[in-house]
Amino acid sequence: MIIFVDGQEIEVKQGENVLEACLNAGLDLPYFCWHPAMGSIGSCRQCALVQYQNPEDTRGRIVMGCMTQVTDGARFSLNAQNATEFREAVVESLMLNHPHDCPVCAEGGECHLQDMTVMVGHRDRRYTGKKNTHRNQYLGPLIQHEMNRCITCYRCERYYRDYAGGSDLGAQASRDHVYFGRHQEGVLESEFSGNLVEVCPTGVFTDKPFLKHYSRKWDLQSAPSICSGCGVGCNISPGERYGKLKRVHNRYNHEVNGYFLCDRGRFGSGYINSDQRLDYSGLKGAGLKSADATFAAVHQSQAIETAAGWLQGKKVLGIGSPRASLESNYLLRELVGRSNFSSGFSDAEAAVVRSIINIQKTTVATNPTIKQMESADAILILGEDITNTAPRVALALRQALRNKSFELAEQLGLPEWQDAAVRNLAQDQLSPMVIVSAMDSRLDDVASQLISLSPAAIADFSCAVTASLQGQESDDKRVQQVANMLSAAKRPLIISGSSMLSANIVDSAACLAEALQAHKQAAQEVMLSFCVPEANSMGLGLLVNEDKRPLRLSRLAKKIDTVDAVLILENDLERRLSQSELDLIFSGKTRVISMDLLENNTLARSDLVLPVASYAESQGTLVNAESRAQRHYPVFEPAAERLCSWQWLLQLAAVMEHKKLAGIAHFDQIVEACSKSQPIFADLTAVAPDHSFRDRGLKVPRQTHRYSGRTAINADVSVHEPPQPTDCETPLAYSMEGLNRDQPASLIPYVWSPGWNSNQSLQKFQAEVNGPLKGALKHSGAGQRLIKSTQQGLEYKLKVTHPRMQKGRWQLLPMHRVHGSEELSAYTDEIAELAAQAFVALGETVAEKLGVAEGEMVVVSTADQEISLQVKVLSRVAKNCVGFSVGYDKTKSLRAGDSVALRRDKSWQPPQVIATDRGVASNGC
Amino acid sequence: MSDQEIIESDLNTVLSSEEIAEIDAELAHVPYKSGAAIDALKIVQAQRGWVSDQSLQAIAKYLEMSAEELEGIATFYNLIYRRPVGDKVILFCDSVSCWLCGCEDIKQKISERLGVDYGETTADNRYTLIPVPCLGACDRAPVMMVGDDLHTHLDKQQIEKLFADSKQSDKGGQ
Repeated sequence: MIIFVDGQEIEVKQGENVLEACLNAGLDLPYFCWHPAMGSIGSCRQCALVQYQNPEDTRGRIVMGCMTQVTDGARFSLNAQNATEFREAVVESLMLNHPHDCPVCAEGGECHLQDMTVMVGHRDRRYTGKKNTHRNQYLGPLIQHEMNRCITCYRCERYYRDYAGGSDLGAQASRDHVYFGRHQEGVLESEFSGNLVEVCPTGVFTDKPFLKHYSRKWDLQSAPSICSGCGVGCNISPGERYGKLKRVHNRYNHEVNGYFLCDRGRFGSGYINSDQRLDYSGLKGAGLKSADATFAAVHQSQAIETAAGWLQGKKVLGIGSPRASLESNYLLRELVGRSNFSSGFSDAEAAVVRSIINIQKTTVATNPTIKQMESADAILILGEDITNTAPRVALALRQALRNKSFELAEQLGLPEWQDAAVRNLAQDQLSPMVIVSAMDSRLDDVASQLISLSPAAIADFSCAVTASLQGQESDDKRVQQVANMLSAAKRPLIISGSSMLSANIVDSAACLAEALQAHKQAAQEVMLSFCVPEANSMGLGLLVNEDKRPLRLSRLAKKIDTVDAVLILENDLERRLSQSELDLIFSGKTRVISMDLLENNTLARSDLVLPVASYAESQGTLVNAESRAQRHYPVFEPAAERLCSWQWLLQLAAVMEHKKLAGIAHFDQIVEACSKSQPIFADLTAVAPDHSFRDRGLKVPRQTHRYSGRTAINADVSVHEPPQPTDCETPLAYSMEGLNRDQPASLIPYVWSPGWNSNQSLQKFQAEVNGPLKGALKHSGAGQRLIKSTQQGLEYKLKVTHPRMQKGRWQLLPMHRVHGSEELSAYTDEIAELAAQAFVALGETVAEKLGVAEGEMVVVSTADQEISLQVKVLSRVAKNCVGFSVGYDKTKSLRAGDSVALRRDKSWQPPQVIATDRGVASNGC
Repeated sequence: MSDQEIIESDLNTVLSSEEIAEIDAELAHVPYKSGAAIDALKIVQAQRGWVSDQSLQAIAKYLEMSAEELEGIATFYNLIYRRPVGDKVILFCDSVSCWLCGCEDIKQKISERLGVDYGETTADNRYTLIPVPCLGACDRAPVMMVGDDLHTHLDKQQIEKLFADSKQSDKGGQ
């Protein structure tokens, strides 16, 4: 199909709109309210162009590009005088009330409104009246509100409510009083509020933490990176200036995160600038073990010599980490030897990750990308609160639920991008989604059915549905309903995960998927997906998956007496071992060397600590939940004496003259060695180009071409310009020289295109709207799937045991929180504020029985400890279950499945509120 | 806070049984609870004179909507009052027909007589003056509504007579 734009013939796809067609053809047609992920509503009138009836028609009529579907042979003009005048007039009218505060606006320099204003040629102001002003609201620690800048495109409301399912931000009033905000000031409730920063075409919603140490986009040094906040592996673009990580923006990967991130991913990297980061190696008591000895800072070389002395020729164990890169874990394993390497998973984690990997290796069901999940027409969730364990996936599921409305629209011949019409048509009709979980989840509001069961009962339920699909009748009506929903669906999605630390749930989900696939035969695709605990849980799991008798962490603790030293890689053992097991490890006879970023008790109890670089200061490969290996690159060089974990390990190996690691000195060599070590890692070298990659003879620049290199920030130390660091490990350069265009998708540090300074320039990097990046087509895709299923299926032998609860005791189940449960992001001030207090979550009846209300305190007692926790009252909960906020400092020692007694904390008094600083916060920055 | 005030604020945060009965009657006609939002706002406003934040939250809760969603509706319509108004609201038409027939002078007369401008309430809390873009009575312009009564063919004498019992005051509270 072709259309003509200003006489130029353009190839278009049937069903798309003229705006998309123009952008795909590389034409600059301005727009505001249209968003590639949210479709058209035609409210801003900016993408006007002239349409002609036929070749003879010379007058034509103005139409809106985003609301006009392409038809074969249709004729348009972008450059007709009435079209350009119209578009200029639209911007002029928007500018009536828009303040001239660009120099002090955080959006300046990457503002879509600035770009469009320049693009339409509006320059001189004719209006001399007063501008409308609004009061701003306090929206929490993440988002800054500045309503005066609003151009009423409605993108924020459409994103927040329609796309992300938030309910506490909306449009108010009418005419020139339109206001976007909350009913009352307060923290935005959505876990995806941060995307407002990128969705807003101007500076109404801006990144609040970024404002505290602001830099212009063109002054940020960026690198392609992968979020380490959870197992989803969203692609991110962190920006640095003056040695601080300033902010994180989305980096488009059409198969993973698309245009959006969760708030943990966007705002959870503040820990990188934390005061609690380790700068120097610390040697306890200068090498002499003593319980109360403090650390003495030692030089890198001394630290390595000391460590090598403790390790060389000795019996050494290594503990890996699911949040460290595959390369670091691999090196550690090689350094200590395969049989001496423990993954560093807790025993329960190890079992469930092993299950997930074994399923993915054999399942006949499809292991979907996030993009594919959006196409599901029926969803069954088993045991996960996905919004809190794999947030970006939950956002995709919310889109999948709209497939019902797209079905209805298709019957009427309505294109999907006609957003207002499609939503109006569907009203609240959604595709079916059943959530089977122990307690409240953040997707409950859109579920068609909620079933509250304990973890063991979830596995049983899933088995019952399996049996029902295989023809066995069930007494439980709900079983039949779920079986019917799944068998009626064309593209059903079953999604489970590790959060309950139950391999049974995971296995039962796989069983169900196999049965469903068999039931459907090959015609229809059954999707089966899992959420995993951490950024590299899968990579680590794959590393130890073939070990016949993997060294479990609890067993390592028991045999600690038989070894001379333990080397711990980025792992706070307090989160995984009991106090008695920890006491064994730190008993005193064995030297403990820890590598980590931030202060924690594992470090405090070690003999030697080595400071490591964060994800933003190092490169590495992380394997996400779908087994996609993706590489992150250093945004800036690690400060002080920090080194990447793999650099510490390489240096150690060199001093120790380690035979197996001899000849490995660079990152790419580790990747090479790792890819040869196990067949599953064969594609590791194809994840991203190696350090020798050059685009037209140049490395990919981390800095923009406008980067203000010179600065007086260090003038108190030296007035001389410091040399740029050289980077011989990656294909990127600490430089503004080079091209940032059409390079491999894994090497795009930031998006910018002439005339398009905002993130909307992304469309210049895409092969087509919502499609893959040009660089992903030209070179390899972004990341590599490591697991390719044999599709032979597994024989599952499920042994579901129901814990017997004594009277007056409850089963303790983990509740994950976007803000607070993840180890590193919790060190970020804003995240810590949102995480609030650790809690115990009770059903209404239990709370009533104990005589407590939300916010009061309850003492939780396990076999060996008592902890007083704040009460959160649940709206639904399985029998005999209570939840606890997992991963919080205060609940570190609680374990999933613990049997606990509860009683009201009698010593608790309601806090006396003297003053609140909310008033100050609302006006701050 | 005195006991009296506490009781009053409690009353504001819940819907009265009369209000609930009236809203329920509207709910019978709509497929979604939120469909009765405008009627519910009108019902509560008829009872309480205006829609306070607390009233709005109470309605939102009853209709299972978020306060933001209802706020969007409440603030969209000029005739849902989100601030206190006087005993009677003067809806003064300033649209084209009335303007041609000299409504500006009448408006000035009202403002002088009552001491209020658009959006303001008299000090004695009897009247709030609000402009409207048309009352559908252009043939009898200039027109205005005071409370539920339509006044047509307005002139200055009529204004004087209408507000004779209202003492001239300085600018009012709102």
